[in-house]
Amino acid sequence: MEQKKTKTRILERKNEVISGLKSFGTKLYDQLDQGVFPTINMPSRSTENINYDPVLRQFILGDKSVSRSARNIRHVKPFTQLAWAAMFSNELTTQRKTSTLRDVYYSAQAYEMTFTDQQESNNIITDLETVTGYSREDFNIFPEERSAVFGDLTIEYTVPGYEGRTMNLTSHPDGVLIGPALTSSEFAGTSADKVIAIEKGGLFTRFIEENVHRKHNALLVMTGGQAPRQTRQFIRRLHDELNLPVYILTDGDPWGMHIAMVIIAGSANAAHLRELNTPDAKWSGVWATDIVNYKLPTDPLDEVDIKRLYELQKDPRYKDDPLWQREIKTFLKIKRKAEQEAFSRYGLTYIVDEYLPTKLEETK
Amino acid sequence: MAQATFEEISASDFFYRNRDIAGFTNPSRAIFAAIRELVENSLDAAESLKIPPDVYVRLSFEGEASKDTQIYTLRVEDNGSGIQPKHIPSAFGQVLFGSKYKLKQMRGTFGLGGKMAVLYGQIMTHKPAYITSSTGAAKIYSFKLMIDIQRNRPIILDRKVLINKEQWRGTIVEFSLEGDYLRAMPKIIEYFKQTALVNPYANLTFVDPKGRLYKFTRATTHMPEPPKETLPHPYGVDVELLQRLIQVTPYKTMPEFLKHHFHRVGDITAQKFLDFSGLSPSKNPKKLSHEEVVKLMQMLKRFKEFLPPDASCLSPLGEELLKAGIVKELKPEYVVVHQRKPATYAGHPFIIELGIAYGGEVPKKGSFVIYRFANKIPLLYDEASDVSFKVINAMNWRRYKASPDMPIAIVVHICSTKVPYKTVGKEFIADRPEVKREVANALREAGRQLQHFLSRREHVDKERKRLSIFSKYLPKIAQFSTTLAGKEKLPDIERLLKSVQKYGAEED
Ligand SMILES: Nc1ncnc2c1ncn2[C@@H]1O[C@H](COP(=O)(O)OP(=O)(O)OP(=O)(O)O)[C@@H](O)[C@H]1O
Ligand SMILES: [Mg+2]
Repeated sequence: MEQKKTKTRILERKNEVISGLKSFGTKLYDQLDQGVFPTINMPSRSTENINYDPVLRQFILGDKSVSRSARNIRHVKPFTQLAWAAMFSNELTTQRKTSTLRDVYYSAQAYEMTFTDQQESNNIITDLETVTGYSREDFNIFPEERSAVFGDLTIEYTVPGYEGRTMNLTSHPDGVLIGPALTSSEFAGTSADKVIAIEKGGLFTRFIEENVHRKHNALLVMTGGQAPRQTRQFIRRLHDELNLPVYILTDGDPWGMHIAMVIIAGSANAAHLRELNTPDAKWSGVWATDIVNYKLPTDPLDEVDIKRLYELQKDPRYKDDPLWQREIKTFLKIKRKAEQEAFSRYGLTYIVDEYLPTKLEETK
Repeated sequence: MAQATFEEISASDFFYRNRDIAGFTNPSRAIFAAIRELVENSLDAAESLKIPPDVYVRLSFEGEASKDTQIYTLRVEDNGSGIQPKHIPSAFGQVLFGSKYKLKQMRGTFGLGGKMAVLYGQIMTHKPAYITSSTGAAKIYSFKLMIDIQRNRPIILDRKVLINKEQWRGTIVEFSLEGDYLRAMPKIIEYFKQTALVNPYANLTFVDPKGRLYKFTRATTHMPEPPKETLPHPYGVDVELLQRLIQVTPYKTMPEFLKHHFHRVGDITAQKFLDFSGLSPSKNPKKLSHEEVVKLMQMLKRFKEFLPPDASCLSPLGEELLKAGIVKELKPEYVVVHQRKPATYAGHPFIIELGIAYGGEVPKKGSFVIYRFANKIPLLYDEASDVSFKVINAMNWRRYKASPDMPIAIVVHICSTKVPYKTVGKEFIADRPEVKREVANALREAGRQLQHFLSRREHVDKERKRLSIFSKYLPKIAQFSTTLAGKEKLPDIERLLKSVQKYGAEED
C-alpha cells in the first residue's frame, strides 16, 4: 500500500487557538485595568451582512461590524458569557479535554452564569467563533452529531493518552466515529485516491460490505443527513492535506441535493468561519436526471419539496451553476423524487457495480 | 253603582310599603342600613358642634328568628349635640321630621333614615325603641317609643327624666331588629373602615354579636370648617319650593321676596331679573297665580346673570384631612390628594375631592380599588352605576403610567347641599355632566402627580436594577479575563461600578 505522510498541522493550530484566546482575554483585562468598559468589535452575522463569495466559493461576512460593550446594560450579560466561554474554551484546549454544546450549557451554571436555554449558550459559542475566527471544534467543543469514516487512512492521535498512537480506519467494519479524537489526529498515510461521502448509514454499510473502498480506492464518509461541521471540516482536510477529490452521494430530492451543496459551498450560519467547506467536491447523484435515465422507482414531490426547490433556485450557491439549475428544473418538471435505495430494484449490487462507476466518471 | 274606596296613606305607611328604596331590602341589607343611618346621625350631631365624634355601636344577639335570621339589639351611642326633649319623639317617631332641611351640607337630608331603622325594627319584632339624650344641660331624657304607622305619629310608652350630674351630652338609641349579621358582616366592617377614612377625626367603636371589638381611632382632632346655612339658589328651585316660600314669606313685593329668599339676589339683580321676566315688581308674591309661579320658576332658571352659588354651605374635608384619612386606613406607600374648586349643577354647589393611594397595604386586584364618598358617607353598593366608576374606567391611565394591575386605590368624595343620588338609598351618584367633568379634572390632576411619583419610582427601580446587573457581571468579566490573560492580580473595577450610577437610563 502506498503511504503519504502529511505535514503536522494539528498541534500548530492548537497553539494558534490558545494564543488567540489569550489575546482576547488580555484585551478585556487591559481595558478593565485602564478603567474603561471593555468593548469588542466583531463582524455582523445579520443576513444583510452575509454574502456569497464566488472566488472563495463559500458564504462570507461583509464589512458591517457590531460592537459589544460591557457598559451597555443589555450587552453586559452576553459580554460576560462570552468572556466565560473564552475562558472555558481555553481550559478545554490547554487541558486537551472535549466538551459538547450541552456540556457548555451546564458548565456555565457552576459560575452562576446560567444560560436561559441551549440556544443562548450556542449563540455565545458562535460569538466566540466570530470574535476569534476559530471554530468551536478548535476549542474542543462538539455538537452531539454522529458521522463516520471508513477506508485505508492511517491516523496518528494527538489526544492525551493516545499521542503518537496510530490506527488504520479499516480496522472496524462499522466505520470509525468522526469525533474529537479523530478530527484532532494527524493524517499519517493513505492509499486512497478519492473520498465518497454518503448521506445515509444504510448505504454506507452496504458500500463497506461490497468493498467499495477497495474496488474504487476510496475513503467512505457517512454524513448522517446534513453533515456536521466537524465532518465538513474533516472532508476539507482530506481534500486539502491528502489531495483527494471528493464525491457526494445523496438521495434524489431537494434535501439530498442541499446536503451536497453545504459540503461544497458551506452554510450561511458558518459565514464567519473558513475551511469548513470543500468547493471542489462534486455532487455525483442521485440527480433528477438520473431518476429519468435510470427509470428509478419514485415518490411524488410534496408541497414543501417544491417550495424548497424554488428557494434553492434563487440561492446564490445555485444561481450561476448550469448543472444545479438543470437538476432543479428537472425536479420541478418531473415532480418526482427517489431515494438511494431505489436502485435495489435492479438488484443489491447494481448501485455499486453499475451506477457508482458511471457517476464517478461523469463527475470527475 | 259600586263605590270606589279611597284610602289616604301616611308618610310612615308609604315608606313602610316601599322600604326597598330606603335600603331595607332584605335581612342582611337591613341590618347594615340601620347601623349606617344611626352612625350618620351621630356624626352629624357631633360635627354640628365641631366636636370630634366618639361613636360607640354595639350589636348583640337576642335570639333566633327564622332559619337564616336572628333578633339583635342595636345600640348606638354618641357625644353629639343631643336632642331637645320636645323633639325626641318626633325625631324618632315621625317620618320626614328632621332638622336638616336647611341648605347646608349634612349627611342626613330626607328626615327619614333613623326612623326607617326604628320602624323596621318595630315591624319585625313588635318591640319599642329606647332613646336617651341630653344637650349637656341639667337633665337627661329617656323615651320608650313606638311609631303609629298609619298616623305617622310617635307613641310615647314611657318617659323618664334623670339628673345629669356628669354633664353628659349625647344621644343613645337602642332597639331590636331582625337581620342576618353573618351575611351583613363584611359590608358592615367595610362601612366602619371607610367611615373612619373619610372622618379621620372620629373615634368609631363597634362590638359585634360575637363580642369582637373593632376600633377605629382618630388620627387628628382637626375638623373641617362647619358649613354655613344658605338660601336656595334661583337655578335650583322648583315649584314646590316656591309655593312653600310664598306661604311663609312676610314680604309683600317681588324685589323684597327675591332678595330675602334667594341666594345671590340683591337689589340690582332682582330689578334686572324682573325686567327680564316681565313680572310686575309691585306684585304681592302671595297673589301669584299658579301659572305665574310656574313662569317665575322657568324664568329664574333662564336668567343668565345670577352669580353661581358660593360654597360656604359646604364642608369638604380638605386635602390635609383627606390625606390623613387615606394614610390611616389604607396605609399606602404614596398618596396624592386634590381638591377641586367649587362648581355647581342645577343651582347646587358641589366640591369634588379626590385621592389616589399607591402601594403599601393597598391591594393588587387587577382593577383599581375605588372608594366613593358623598358628604362624608361611604357608598358601598352599586359601584358600577356610579359616575366615578365610569369616569375612572374611561380614563387613559397609560398616559399616567398607571395600570389596573398596580396596587392603586382611588378615593372620590363629593360634597354638596344636594348630592345627586339616583335613589333614596344613597348608594350611587348620577352622571350629571358637571359632576362628571369635575371628577375627570380631579383625576387628571392627581393622575399627573401619580405619574411623577411612578416615573421617579421606575427610575429609582431601574437604577437599582442596573447597578445590581453591573455589580453582578463586571466582577465576573474581571475574573474570567484575568484567568484567560494569565494574570495574577484582578483589575480594579470599583471606578467602573461607581460610574454606572451616573449614567442614568441612557441606553433605553
Ligand atoms: N344622634 C342624634 N343626635 C342628635 N340629633 C339626632 C340624632 N339622631 C337623629 N337626630 C335628629 O333627628 C332628625 C331625624 O333623623 P333622621 O335620620 O330620621 O333624618 P335625617 O338625618 O334628617 O335625614 P336622613 O333621612 O337623610 O337620615 C335629625 O334631623 C336630627 O335632628
Ligand atoms: Mg339621618
